[in-house]
Amino acid sequence: MILTRENLINLILAVALLAIPLIANAAGQPFYITLATRVAILALAATGLNLALGVGGLVSFGHAAFFGIGGYVAGILASHSFSGEPVLFGLSGTNQMWIIWLVAMALAGFVGLAIGAISLRTSGVYFIMITLAFAQMVYYFAVSWPAYGGEDGLSILVRNQFPGVMTMVPMNFFLICYVILLVGIALFAVIRASRFGAALQAARQNEVRVATVGIQPYRIRLTGFVLSAMITGLAGALFADLNRFVSPSMLSWHMSGELIVLIILGGTGRLFGPLAGAALYVAFEYALGGITERWQFFLGLILLLVVLFARGGLVGLLAGKAKHG
Amino acid sequence: MVEPILQISNLVKNFGALRATDGVTLDLRPGEIHALIGPNGAGKSTLIHQICGTLRQDSGSIRFAGQDVGGLSVAERARLGLGRTFQVSSIAPEFSALRNVMLAAQAKEGSSFRFFNPVMRDQGLIDKAMAMLERVGLTERARIPAAELSHGERRQLEIAMALALRSKAFLLDEPMAGMGPEGSKALTRFLDTLRQEAPILLVEHDMDAVFALADRISVLVYGRVIATGTVDEIRRDPTVRSAYLGDHD
Repeated sequence: MILTRENLINLILAVALLAIPLIANAAGQPFYITLATRVAILALAATGLNLALGVGGLVSFGHAAFFGIGGYVAGILASHSFSGEPVLFGLSGTNQMWIIWLVAMALAGFVGLAIGAISLRTSGVYFIMITLAFAQMVYYFAVSWPAYGGEDGLSILVRNQFPGVMTMVPMNFFLICYVILLVGIALFAVIRASRFGAALQAARQNEVRVATVGIQPYRIRLTGFVLSAMITGLAGALFADLNRFVSPSMLSWHMSGELIVLIILGGTGRLFGPLAGAALYVAFEYALGGITERWQFFLGLILLLVVLFARGGLVGLLAGKAKHG
Repeated sequence: MVEPILQISNLVKNFGALRATDGVTLDLRPGEIHALIGPNGAGKSTLIHQICGTLRQDSGSIRFAGQDVGGLSVAERARLGLGRTFQVSSIAPEFSALRNVMLAAQAKEGSSFRFFNPVMRDQGLIDKAMAMLERVGLTERARIPAAELSHGERRQLEIAMALALRSKAFLLDEPMAGMGPEGSKALTRFLDTLRQEAPILLVEHDMDAVFALADRISVLVYGRVIATGTVDEIRRDPTVRSAYLGDHD
């Protein structure tokens, strides 16, 4: 790995995200650990979206669906584990995180396949609108499904478990999320650099060219969309465990918009863009949210500045233009 | 007679009341350059779109490399070995010239569904792509983003990509367009050698290039092929002279 400026910034971001909760833990300020965990999870969700949006150019305005599906998988499996009633066809619930993660990724990927298979037949504004429409369908389904709390959501009474780790200890849960985030980012980097990644990037730049060399852009994009949904779904499962609560708000279009905002703030298509964006977002939410309820107004101003003057987001501002080799 | 690589028979395409392609029959034989000429609005672009698969014909058939390709997608036809260049060069602008050709090389190798090995460390793929860039004279420019290449260089890049596909036929849509006189001459010399690799269906307005290169010429007017023949036959053909070549003397 060559130490470019971007790699250095990425390293600083990764170390800072680990250092803050460690310091907070030593200082007896667990609240900051929760904030850092929130950053890690949102960054993971946005890393998933970044694969579709940043690498593949697929502006999905429906990724809340995958995020929320991941959350509901965690909530529903945990509630059945607690009550002892089977979920479906005699299958019991579970409070084991790693099973929940696998189910969350599988279900998010499956729904991503269905949504993507239809949505990817459109492009541009239509793609944005149809992904939004699908996500809203999932949202209203959750609202009107009383078995799992409907509008009120579903509580996870005890945080799900991971072998050998006391997950209720904030620092332990942070470390789980942090490791998964790093794995997710590494996976993103590997996929982007692969043959598949090359085809996905090329499909964003010039669809006709990709078809002309004999690669079906649709199949490439659909695969990218499903992988993207799976990563975001995993983040959703973690998010539900962080809050020990899941509600339809995880599925709402606000959430989809928030994920897009994170990516634009941090740097579209950049490896650590989602982390930079999530850190900035949560810091804003916390720092300004304490002063005024209208903190999102100031977030809007920042977003405006980024879009107008720093198209590469925070990472682009600090590290310069992306290089493609 | 040698089996043609590309055989188009009775191709028809209507846009509402307009018959843009009106029973076109033409073929492309091994080793030849077959030029397709015609005035603006003659339906050349529509015909190309149907050959490549971006438009579906209303009736008639397109056979390529021994199989009926009329129902196949653009990508499927490309994979059978139909290499093309565009009137306005079509490249992946953010990628370097090298990465553009590597994309074609990886497509030729068959699989773009490989998720783990970094493509920029795939020396076999890089070597293949560099060999193609060398053939078109772009070695020095391999690492330059395609967006920064000159007009002529993008043309060369497109040809390198078609070469990397090991095309069985080239479909070149006005390759001389926008090239200066020097560039046109150099490209003419290059295309002259390219026909040994695979036959070329050349759509071109530059008559000097067409007369210098073509083994056969087909003339398209109002969606119909009004004549097909050697350069001399076409030059002498009275219908062609009146319809297209501007016989004012």
